[in-house]
Parts: sequence; structure tokens; C-alpha cells
Amino acid sequence: MLSRVADRIFWMSRQMERAENTARILGVTSNLVLFGTVDVQEENLLAPLSITGTEELYKERHDKLDLPALIDFMALDEKNPSSIYSCLKWARENAHAVRWLLTSEMWETLNATWIEVRAIPRSRVIGSGATEFFDWVKERSHLFRGVTYGTIVRGEAFNFSRLGTFLERADNTARILDVKYHILLPSVEDVGGALDYYQWAALLRSVSSFETYRQLYRDQIFPIKVAQLLILERRMPRSLAACFDQVKEALDRIRGQRDESAKRLAYELHARLSYVDIEEVFQGGLHEYLTAVLTDIGELGSRVQRAYLGAI
Amino acid sequence: MERGPYDEMRAADGAVRAHFRALADWLAETPAERVAEKRREADLLFHRVGITFAVYGDNAGAERLIPFDTIPRVIPRGEWNELEKGLRQRVAALNRFLHDVYHGQEILKAGVIPAEQVLTNEAYQVAMLGLELPNHVYSHIAGIDLVRHEDGKYHVLEDNLRTPSGVSYMLENRKMMMRLFPELFARQHVHPVEHYPGLLLETLRAAAPPAARDPVVAVLTPGQHNSAYFEHAFLAQQMGVELVEGMDLFVKDGFVHMRTTTGPQRVDVIYRRIDDAFLDPLAFRQDSLLGVPGLLSVYRAGNVALANAIGTGVADDKSTYPYVPEMIRFYLHEEPILENVPTWQCKRAQDLEYVLEKMNELVVKEVQGSGGYGMLIGPAAKKSEIDAFRSRIKANPANYIAQPTLSLSTCPTFVESGIAPRHVDLRPFVLSGKETKLVPGGLTRVALQEGSLVVNSSQGGGTKDTWVVD
Repeated sequence: MLSRVADRIFWMSRQMERAENTARILGVTSNLVLFGTVDVQEENLLAPLSITGTEELYKERHDKLDLPALIDFMALDEKNPSSIYSCLKWARENAHAVRWLLTSEMWETLNATWIEVRAIPRSRVIGSGATEFFDWVKERSHLFRGVTYGTIVRGEAFNFSRLGTFLERADNTARILDVKYHILLPSVEDVGGALDYYQWAALLRSVSSFETYRQLYRDQIFPIKVAQLLILERRMPRSLAACFDQVKEALDRIRGQRDESAKRLAYELHARLSYVDIEEVFQGGLHEYLTAVLTDIGELGSRVQRAYLGAI
Repeated sequence: MERGPYDEMRAADGAVRAHFRALADWLAETPAERVAEKRREADLLFHRVGITFAVYGDNAGAERLIPFDTIPRVIPRGEWNELEKGLRQRVAALNRFLHDVYHGQEILKAGVIPAEQVLTNEAYQVAMLGLELPNHVYSHIAGIDLVRHEDGKYHVLEDNLRTPSGVSYMLENRKMMMRLFPELFARQHVHPVEHYPGLLLETLRAAAPPAARDPVVAVLTPGQHNSAYFEHAFLAQQMGVELVEGMDLFVKDGFVHMRTTTGPQRVDVIYRRIDDAFLDPLAFRQDSLLGVPGLLSVYRAGNVALANAIGTGVADDKSTYPYVPEMIRFYLHEEPILENVPTWQCKRAQDLEYVLEKMNELVVKEVQGSGGYGMLIGPAAKKSEIDAFRSRIKANPANYIAQPTLSLSTCPTFVESGIAPRHVDLRPFVLSGKETKLVPGGLTRVALQEGSLVVNSSQGGGTKDTWVVD
């Protein structure tokens, strides 16, 4: 497969997954801000910006930090390259460039999503229609992933699409966890101590795993188990371990070439997620662990780019 | 006595011509609502498949559907056989001419064509001098535009030897007709065209450097914003080869390679759909981002084939066109089977005088123009337009030719008021490899506006399926 084509497909899938994750983060932020205590208000509002690394840009675009401005910036601002709007735009743009290799259902899903998002009034999204909008974004992403899985021929296009989706998802899960860990548990002594049940529940909901937690652990919500679920639980499809199962599977199917450095790192990460114990993770420091994982995910992205997709 | 345009379906006495009879019967029997319903279905299908073209000058990158008319144009087998002979003859002579002007230049020495007409032509490429091409083929894919005069006789309106487009519409139109009206195909034998992509691939592989044992072919496109991008993608997909952009290709160790996920892969034949000037920024336009640096040197070393070859424009230029019948006589020692349309060359003082005087009756064209741009249709033009064009001709007479306003034959076509005759032309595609191949028929373009003679899709023309029937 042409590197340029693989690059488009990889990024098309990443952008769509990113749009979904941003909707998830905004959804949970809205909840925390509306129902949470005032003293953590600003931290909660800052979290989405630090997860996406857009604090600087936000300050350029807005004077004050409140929920409507944050949603406006993260959902619909076309000047913000990580906004949902921008992600949907680029997903569609990438698809357009390789349209002849996609199934018509895939193309139509992305095209229709893009046409619809442009017609959604800003006032609704930053007002009472926020939740409805986030749900719509998640639905469109589910639809796209399902349509892709259900229609595209099993070949390199499929492989690079899966690789993009799950690399993006792994990155996102690690970021959400890291930012929340940081805010909620500033010191190691507090781990398992003064936990705010509500905040941890919101975190679980942001990755659609509140019910999963109950079902798998049949227990109260303890941060260590939340971390276990989001990092090591491969039955939970948004966990790091589950994402890396998919990343490894996709890379296994991608035909090799001389530069195997991307595969090597992916397999190493996969092994680390398979054989580590959550107690060990906490002993070494959850934040340190997540920082290392995020660095590795970033490095893996660069190596994939170099080995298969061509210059950035 | 003034005659009207040639009606392809009906003879002068109103009787339906024999080869149109099956279709006319079917039209008469089929309820209008059913046909209208099928037309809506066709629109929907074309939209869904995304058979679109980008329109230049329209708000950047806009895509439009080329209107598809559901009434086919029918050509009897015998008539097509004659046409095919004429097309083979013409393209053979044009390829001989191209080989000649880049080698011995016998035709110039013999004084059949003025040397300056060829050598000072901006499409003439000195880079091609002395280069040996497999099978001596320069224009592997040629699209020859034909029109019918009032007496029904076919004439060549122009030769397209660079990057002729439209064949994807020919194929999609047929697919659509078979899907919408299968019963029509049961009534008479329509010669198939579906094997065109296979023939094209065979033609391209035949152009490969002799050393390439299992030649790799790629289609080179300027990208998704080009007006014919759909066709580039379509042909690559149909042939099962890669669709590449300039940035996907690079030159190393004397060969052209594609950047792929498994590393560099050598390319032996490039079916390029970008103009000469943009092919290689090191050799031609330096500002070209569409091309491949170093491509020309690989080409000249015989390590990659380009289809069509560089420099074919010197043979399809409208100022060269008047000499094609002479080329046929010179190289093949045959009389031309297909005639040219009479053409006045404004570079000749006598012709210029005539053209300036009769502008309101003539069609005036730029010699390098295409796509219906840069032309004036005298009888349809306003006085101010004619005056503006006149001063442009006077400023640079050699840049213009003129032809009589042809009436163009008509075919029944669906229009808002029902079925009415509309003007059509025909573009058959001639493939030259080891042998010359054609599929029966070609692309019929139709001017949908009443009385209009402009069939170009960029100017509101539509297309029809073209049937060659027994």
C-alpha cells in the first residue's frame, strides 16, 4: 500500500476516535462542573485543556474559563485543531483523498457526519443541547467504526485503520487517567484514602465502564481498582491492555519491512501491560507509570509514521 | 436549399431509421412515469457512487454531477466498422508523425508541413529528440472527437493525444443503462465496452521498458482537486494498479519508485494524467509540485515508460490539425477515411482576412485551447463579444483557427418538456500498444440546452450511453 494512502487511513481513524474521546471528556467535565464542589471547579475545567495540550491556545481565544466557553472551544472552534469540529473535518478530508479505497458506507458515514456538524447551531451545543451533542458524536464514531469493521476488506487499509483507532484510544485513556490522578490524588498517601467517590465514578463513566466495574469487581469504587480496570483489564475495551491487544494485532497483520522498530516497541508495551501487577504500578508511582506509557505511545506513533507512513 | 442538422433517429421523411427501431418501439411502449422514475434512480445512483467532476472557477473544489441522459445513442455495426478503420488509420499516422518529428523529420524535409509549424510549436519537446519508444508509440491513449455534418457524414473535429478524458463516463453510463433497463439489452445485441480497462492495462504494459519482465503500472494524478480525479481513481481501481501523486514517487539509482508501507517499489509504466509542463520540476516548470524530480532523466534512459509520451501535443494542436490528412497520405500512402472539418488558419493572411470578415458565421478557436474554453461561436455571440475576440485575433493571429459553424447531428434526449432532439458528438478512444485496440462506440456528449452546440461537461453538457448494434 502507498505510504500516503496508509497515512490518510491511519489519521482518518485517529481523528474520528479523537472526536469521540473529546466528546467523552467534555461530557464528564460538564457533569463534574455542574454537580461538583466549587473548590475543584477550575481544576475540572482545566483538565480537558491539559489532556489535549491546548491551554495556550485557549488563553489566546478566551479571557475567562467557564463551561460554555470551554465547550465552545473544544467542540466547535474551527481554530482549535483538536476540537471535535476539526477532527470531524479532517477525518472526512482524509477519507476524501482515499475514497476509492474505502467502502461507500464508510465514506457516506464520514461525509454525512461532516455535513451535519456544520449545521448544528452553536447556541445549542454550548447550552442545553450539550449532552445531546456529545452523545451524537459518540454515536457517529461508533457507527463509523462499526461500518468499517463490517464492510472493509481485510487488508492493509483495515490494518492501518485499526492501528490508528486503538493507538488514539490508548493515548486518550492514559491521558484521562493521568490528569484525573493528578488532580484527585496529589500525594501517594491519599491513594485509597480520601477518595471522592463521585469523581472516580465520573471518570469511569467517561470511558463507558461504570457498569463494567460493578460487573467485574462487584465492589465499592477504589482508585486502585479503577486503575486496574483502565490499565490492565483486557476485558474492558477502552483499557490500555485491550487497546494494545488491538495495536499488536494490527501490527502483526501489517506486512513488515526492514524497519521493525515500531513493531518492537509495540510488542514491548504489550508485554509490559500483560505481565505487570497493579500493586507494582502504584509502588513505582501511578503518575510516573502513566507518563512513561504516554511517552512510549508518542514514540510508537513516530515510529509508525517513519516505518510505514512517510515523512510527517 | 438549407438543410437542418442530421437527425440520427429519424430520416428526412420522419421514418425511424432501422438501427433505432428497437429503441423507438421501447420508448413508445414504456409509460412515461416509469422512465421518469428510472431517471431519478439514475441520478441517485450517480450521486451515491460519487461520479462527479470538479469545476474550475466554481467555488474552489466544488463537485458537480455530469448530467446523464437515459436515451442511448445508437450506431449500426457497419457504420462503426468504417469509423474504426478511419480511426486506426488516423492514429497510426499521428504516431508516425510524432516519431518522425523527433527523429528524421522527413515530413518537414519533404515540405508537406512547414518546419516552423512543428519546431516552434510550444508543445514540441526537444527532450524527445532521438528517443526510442517501444513500438514507436507516442500517443498510447487517443480520444478523437467526431461530429456529423448535415448529410450524416462523420468528420474529425479534433484529436486529443495528450491526456484525453471521459472514458470512465463511457463505462459508468453502460453500467447504469444495464442496471436501469435490462430489458432494452434483451431486444438487440449491443456490443460490449466493459473490457476497456483490461485493454488499457495491456496497452500500458506493452509500453514498458523491454527489460521490465512483469511491469508495474501506476496512474499518476494531480490529486483530488483535479476535474478528472474521479476518472483517475476509477481507472486505477478498475485496472488494479496504484493511483499515485507526484509525492508518492521518487527517483533513485536510475529508476522511479513508489513509497509504500513495505518500502520502495519500482514503477515501470506511468499512466500520467498531468501535463508535460508539470511532470518534472528539474526539467520543466520548476514550480511544479505535481511532478517527480528527475523523472525525465529516467525516462530518457529508457527505465520508465510514460503514457502518453512527452511532446504529443505538437500533433493535436489545432494549428497542426489541418495537416493530418496530408500526414495520412505521406506516411501510409492511403487516402484519409475520415475527413477533417474545413479549417482557416489565421496565421495565413488570406485566411485571416476571411475569418475577420465572417466572424459572426464561424467558430473561432485558440490553437492550444480545450474543454470549450477560449472559443467563440459566431452565430451565438453578442456583437461586443465578437469585437473583443476580433482584437485578440488581430493581436496574435497565429494563435487562432476558424471553422464553419457545424450543425452537429441530433439524438432524442430527455429534457424538461419531454423527449427532444439535442446536438451530440462522439469521442471514441484508440489504444495503441503492440496492436491497436478500440472498444465499439465511445463517449457521446450531448448539449442539453436547446440549440446549443457546446457539449463540454465543463459548459453544461451531458453524456449518453453509446450503442453499437448489429
